[in-house]
Amino acid sequence: MTAVEESASPAPALEKEIGRDRRRKEDARLITGRTRWTDNITLPGMLHLAMVRSPFAHARITGIDATAAKQATGIVDVVTAADLDESLGVCINAWPITPEQVTPGHAPIASDRAAFAGEIVAVVVARTAAEARDAAELVEVDYDELPAALDLKEAAAATAENGGALAHPDLGTNKSAYWVFDSGQAGTGGDVEQAIAAARTDGIVLEREYRQQRLIPAFMEPRSTVVDPTGEQITMWSATQIPHILRFALAATTGVPESKIRVIAPDVGGGFGGKLQQTPEEMIVFALARRLGKPVKYTETRSESLMSAHHGRDQWQKLTLAAGRDGRVTGLKVELLADLGAYVAIVGGGVPVLGAFMFNAIYKFPAYHFACQTVLTNKTWTDAYRGAGRPEATFAIERLMDELAAEVGVDPLEIRQRNWITHEEFPFTTVAGLEYDSGNYEAATARAKEMFGYDELRAEQQRRRESGDKVQLGIGVSTFTEMCGLAPSRVLGSLDYGAGGWEHASIRMLATGKVEVVTGASAHGQGHETAFSQIVADRLGVPFEDVEVLHGDTQIAHKGLDTYGSRSLVVGGEAVVRAADKVIEKARPLAAHLLEASVEDLEFKDGRFGVRGTDAGVALQDLATATFAAHNLPDGMEPSIDAEATFDPVNFNYPHGTHLCAVEVDTETGKVTMRSYVACDDIGVVINPLIVAGQVHGGLVQGIAQALFEEAVHDEGGTLVTGSFVDYLLPTAADTISFQIDHTTSPATTNSLGAKGVGEAGTIASTPAVVNAVVDALRPYGVHDVAMPCTPERVWRAIQGGGAGGETPGAAAPHFDESTGMSGTVDRTTGADQ
Amino acid sequence: MTRINLVVDGMRVADDIEPRMLLVQYLREKLGKTGTVVGCDTSNCGACTVHLDGRSVKSCNVLAVQADGSEVTTIEGLAQNGQLHPVQEAFRECHGLQCGFCTPGMIMQSVDLLKDNPKPTEEEIRLGIEGNLCRCTGYHNIVRAVQHASGQPVAPNEVTA
Ligand code: FES
Ligand code: FES
Repeated sequence: MTAVEESASPAPALEKEIGRDRRRKEDARLITGRTRWTDNITLPGMLHLAMVRSPFAHARITGIDATAAKQATGIVDVVTAADLDESLGVCINAWPITPEQVTPGHAPIASDRAAFAGEIVAVVVARTAAEARDAAELVEVDYDELPAALDLKEAAAATAENGGALAHPDLGTNKSAYWVFDSGQAGTGGDVEQAIAAARTDGIVLEREYRQQRLIPAFMEPRSTVVDPTGEQITMWSATQIPHILRFALAATTGVPESKIRVIAPDVGGGFGGKLQQTPEEMIVFALARRLGKPVKYTETRSESLMSAHHGRDQWQKLTLAAGRDGRVTGLKVELLADLGAYVAIVGGGVPVLGAFMFNAIYKFPAYHFACQTVLTNKTWTDAYRGAGRPEATFAIERLMDELAAEVGVDPLEIRQRNWITHEEFPFTTVAGLEYDSGNYEAATARAKEMFGYDELRAEQQRRRESGDKVQLGIGVSTFTEMCGLAPSRVLGSLDYGAGGWEHASIRMLATGKVEVVTGASAHGQGHETAFSQIVADRLGVPFEDVEVLHGDTQIAHKGLDTYGSRSLVVGGEAVVRAADKVIEKARPLAAHLLEASVEDLEFKDGRFGVRGTDAGVALQDLATATFAAHNLPDGMEPSIDAEATFDPVNFNYPHGTHLCAVEVDTETGKVTMRSYVACDDIGVVINPLIVAGQVHGGLVQGIAQALFEEAVHDEGGTLVTGSFVDYLLPTAADTISFQIDHTTSPATTNSLGAKGVGEAGTIASTPAVVNAVVDALRPYGVHDVAMPCTPERVWRAIQGGGAGGETPGAAAPHFDESTGMSGTVDRTTGADQ
Repeated sequence: MTRINLVVDGMRVADDIEPRMLLVQYLREKLGKTGTVVGCDTSNCGACTVHLDGRSVKSCNVLAVQADGSEVTTIEGLAQNGQLHPVQEAFRECHGLQCGFCTPGMIMQSVDLLKDNPKPTEEEIRLGIEGNLCRCTGYHNIVRAVQHASGQPVAPNEVTA
């Protein structure tokens, strides 16, 4: 009953979906509580776990006595590492950044030694979660405390010989990997030492050291895992960003064939990189469900989440910038120490490497050197947190550009303009070796200035400075770019990453004409169901409502590489586009057959194949029905117009933007109040402006939080002091303001949508904008830096002449020395006068 | 075990429960009201917010026995006769949610806020939902959603894409 339209006028064209602020499909279930969080799952006979965790940062486990625990109500078993064989598997590091990388083995349960406070040493299995938790209190573990490597610089300098504390004494060092990029050696630019030497003779050399404090991703849904071992396949539901990678890791490390494992990420309550991990907890639930033959669940408490889910950032950055007297940058040398924590997490070592290509940002200076030492400590492991390496790099260069402007005595926007790549120069190969395909920094900056009222605010700032107002106005600039859309597989291969960066999509044309889109990208708040529906609706010319997007289940989406690195739309979305194009091409001969026309005479428009020059045509959705019946197909045609595609990008893409921030700083109390924030981002073609705005807003607040509020703090014994939401200060609604955002558009040339990633942009851009604003407010007071987070106390101290306002207790004084393994020395501390 | 009688989302329920059981555990584990969620263990996040006799409470901070004789409304009971509550509608309209984990609590808190103050200023909204954490939205669109639900024009300087 295929409706071949002989003369009837075709249905009116559907409104274009791309660019439309569609309300989200996902919301109906989320606003009514019809949600499927992993912790909601209850299965017959399900058992519950509680973890016994080390309270010490570093300790030998000398005995575990579970006698009392085993007698508690509802207890099924208490399990230690000794009870489980290699079927427990291990946590893998998928990105050894150098062949020589020192990588400690990471068993999900510590057997003889705990290497951070929060590491699992035993597991209690009970009939209810409450019983399991109660009994966990009764497990007695004897520990002999060991010296703990806690301070990043001290850990870098420690050796077996000098008696410094080692995170893993058997390794004899805390140094894990040393990774270098040098533009002279790579042939992408000149020699940085020459540039610095020249600038020392005639020019400007800025030497700075910045601290990227340790942060906690703090997704709102605590991690939870359920494993059902009954039936032919073992099914795992987990609050994860990476169901496909997790399935691979489970198979690779436990010996269970991948085909026997199904991983489902149901509704997932945020990730921000924090759920991009193969966790000990997941491995333990998987092993115990198999061992017990029963469904098993584990849901972490918030305290457990804060101390054991991976942390982010935590670097010292030593920077040497060379410039001419006119403020044109001639070279940049970057030396990093990066804290891995106790283990090298799945991509933990690679995080600083992701930043390596971004320190040069939007600027076209001729010489660049980057070196990074990753360091093991007895703290929670670190890994990706929104931006992963790129926020750190952007912070450093954008802070330096403000310092350079102050040195030269020009406006911070002027100094940037003297150095940035102009829009006529795209595509542009950077000194770090990337090819930026598109961008227009002039346009984004002009628009941001206009929205912000830049000149008026500068005038007000001047008035307040002159009148000696106790509340000073600061204006912060961040003209950021980033590389996202991870990633071209070939590039990942050249960086020794253990997987590719493609994404897969398939489109199923159902008998009723409805469309199922299956994507390997797995959303946890980003709105894939809506955005991908818009893309397919446009491409296939079908109603938005007729498209259903399926994801997050390895049995439904059989191939995929999941969601991180602002990749879903630009890699996953492009795979969807290509699958859709294949559907059209598969349907074309069928349309020609039914219309009794030649393929060449057909044109596909608005969901319909029409015969050129006539009114005859047939809708794609009706062709789906025709393949279901399969009564009348061209000879040899398979009865299906379904299609799939796997897309591997040829390049990253490079969103950019100009962010301007105004803060008021009370010079008597040190209190910083946000006054206004403008973000003009160029993220290429926007699919759904509403979703994009949400991504920008949320990203901004996470970046602002790094600047002003958040820091994971450990005490001298290595215990996490900020172990609950009482102490780890997520911003509240009262701490934030409304934002003004807009976009300029230079379409990406490396995907057919013209889109660029937006998930991380706000976070990457905003941290330096805010700190630049705080420092800008205080320049008349001789302040050149305020360490993050810029708390009132730290700001107040900086005003009183205390350099960057003091470090968090436990952090060493901010200067490098030879023993850390970094080359060169800096004899000036952060924030000191030139 | 203690016997409690209460009305949850319009349904009369009676149960024998452990005195230490939290209201949120009772809702989730005994009644299957999994729309209400737990985000912390220190009563800081507000994800578990429900209405107890018409006032918002953090249900992780209330014992189930304290709800004896009371009426509890959760996110699952907010829509009436298939009609979304205006605050639910506003969250969708203004994109006031992303992952949606904070959303049940955020909506219940906002409903309570508007009951007290039907035309709140932006500042009053921000203070009124201060006890509810959201990691995704940056609060911008949550504030707009509450403004929208109150029938006020939403804050200026919006997305102009
Ligand atoms: S669960 Fe966090 S306040 Fe109740
Ligand atoms: S929407 Fe994810 S925490 Fe609020």
